[in-house]
Amino acid sequence: MSALTTDAPKTSGGGRRKSKLGWNLVGLLVFVVVGFPLYWMLDTAFKPAKDAIDPDPSLLPTGITLDNFRRALTIADFWGPVGRSLVVSLSVVVIGIVVGLLAALAISRFAFRGRKIVIIGILAVQMVPLVSMIIPVFLLLNDLDQYDRLSGLVITYLTFILPFTVWTLRGFIVNIPKELEEAAMVDGCSRTGAFVRVVFPLLAPGMVATSVYGFIQAWNEYLYALMLLSQDHQTATVWLGNFTTQHGTEYAPMMAGATMMAVPIVVLFLIVQRKMAAGLTAGAVKG
Amino acid sequence: MSADTTTPAKVPPPRQAPPPRVPDAPRRKRTGRAAGTPWLLLAPCLLVLGLVMGYPLVRLVTLSFQKFGQSQFWGFQPAESVGFANFSRVLGDSVFWAVVVRTIVFAAGSVIFTMVAGMALALLQQRVSGWLKTLINIVLVASWGMPVIVATTVFKWLFDSDYGVFNALLSRLPGVDMIGHNWFASGPQGLLVIMLLVVWGAVPFVVITLSAGLTQVPQELEEAARLDGAGAWGVFRYVTLPILKPIIVMLTTLSVIWDMGVFPQVFVMRGGHPEAEFQLLSTYSYDRAFVVNDYGQGSAIALVTVVLLLGVVAVYMRQMLQIGEVE
Repeated sequence: MSALTTDAPKTSGGGRRKSKLGWNLVGLLVFVVVGFPLYWMLDTAFKPAKDAIDPDPSLLPTGITLDNFRRALTIADFWGPVGRSLVVSLSVVVIGIVVGLLAALAISRFAFRGRKIVIIGILAVQMVPLVSMIIPVFLLLNDLDQYDRLSGLVITYLTFILPFTVWTLRGFIVNIPKELEEAAMVDGCSRTGAFVRVVFPLLAPGMVATSVYGFIQAWNEYLYALMLLSQDHQTATVWLGNFTTQHGTEYAPMMAGATMMAVPIVVLFLIVQRKMAAGLTAGAVKG
Repeated sequence: MSADTTTPAKVPPPRQAPPPRVPDAPRRKRTGRAAGTPWLLLAPCLLVLGLVMGYPLVRLVTLSFQKFGQSQFWGFQPAESVGFANFSRVLGDSVFWAVVVRTIVFAAGSVIFTMVAGMALALLQQRVSGWLKTLINIVLVASWGMPVIVATTVFKWLFDSDYGVFNALLSRLPGVDMIGHNWFASGPQGLLVIMLLVVWGAVPFVVITLSAGLTQVPQELEEAARLDGAGAWGVFRYVTLPILKPIIVMLTTLSVIWDMGVFPQVFVMRGGHPEAEFQLLSTYSYDRAFVVNDYGQGSAIALVTVVLLLGVVAVYMRQMLQIGEVE
């Protein structure tokens, strides 16, 4: 398959070599333009602060310093917000994956009355713009005495992690042939035994990828974290969003803060993305 | 060619079910299964979604028919029903309609920009050398994975009026002096920058999904069309596009929903207080509820947004259901 896509003679006639060079030039331009914001974030973060506020900045790195990182850490408490983000995201993922796996099994391995309604419901919930739910959710958590509690934020995040988790895990489960389970059952396994010994090991990589993806989603959320927690309990995204000092916005430390928040997430994302693409489209390619 | 294997968009080939690894296993009808098992498995999920999604959704509707302000929030006064008063106030307000138009123009612009750029990049990815394809994929996935807040602060910095690199680069062009130009002094210009930010974040998902789709276009079909005299555009228009249609419909509907709900980008870019000419439906509803403390009106605006999106959601659901039913 890969051979077909790469070497397919898309261009007509003899100028193929020449046109490949042309496409490569365009591709290089795309690479630079798309990658520039990332590059500039890193470049500014490691630059001496005085070079950052140059009206005609040098596009190449001017020297490497960690001062901006030190400054970012002193401007406001960094580890507190990061710790809270970690607690919230990990809790969401652990609960989400357990609850989501059960639901995914139900809709992918059982035929029952109402299955279609459940699928429609889960897909529909995913489609409600989160922004429009903030008012009633805020009032609800306030009534339940969950305002400014991490548990309130965790349960709120579950609503957007769960539909996605269920749908993706469903995709992974559907790709595991039923015959495997059935063979195990013929050999004397119970239904649960067949699942634990046969399906679960095959599903594990998909579950890891889904968890990491869910973790990233929870880690990146901004609006609910802003509204449902007070200033004293802000999460990492809110910390960065509020990044101003009495001297206005200090961009170099701000980019250092942005780097600290983004790099671990981007690396995680680079690792699981391929697996996720397969899971997300697993259902789609069967249509 | 070997570099091609690093494509993130690698997807199992379509329309061929994975070969059953135990082909000889006798197919037995499972019998005696408790009918309640699936519901038992679903219960925790439905419980959570019902509590934090279902209930608030109902509350959103009831709120939008109530007078609900500070005193109701603190419980000094019970919330009283006011019928359609919130809606008639909202719908009778010219500011609201300006916001609606702005939101639609912004979302439409972002979606079209995203889809066209995404398609162009996906096609380009098929034509560049393997090593470059890998490089482009890495930056695409990295920008996709960037937290929205991080991306927003980075763009704020890129477009800073005094020290932003964008103005500096523009000023290097002969005869252009953009140093000190404030992109956020006017709504349309500022929203254009925000649109660029939204598109930058949204394009990778589109490119990667479309690339996966492109690998599924049967080579023989394109070949046949070419032999019949179709040019590059003809092949794209009459072969590639129809095959990709389900994916394109899915991506477009998703983009519409996401771009109509853009919030943190505007909110953080404007330092937590978007000016009147930056208000989109999402920030406007927030503003009514949490700044003006009129939760009823804020809910009415949110509800109008949801209703506006229902048509798009219906299209998406149809597409997904066609997929979900086949197993």
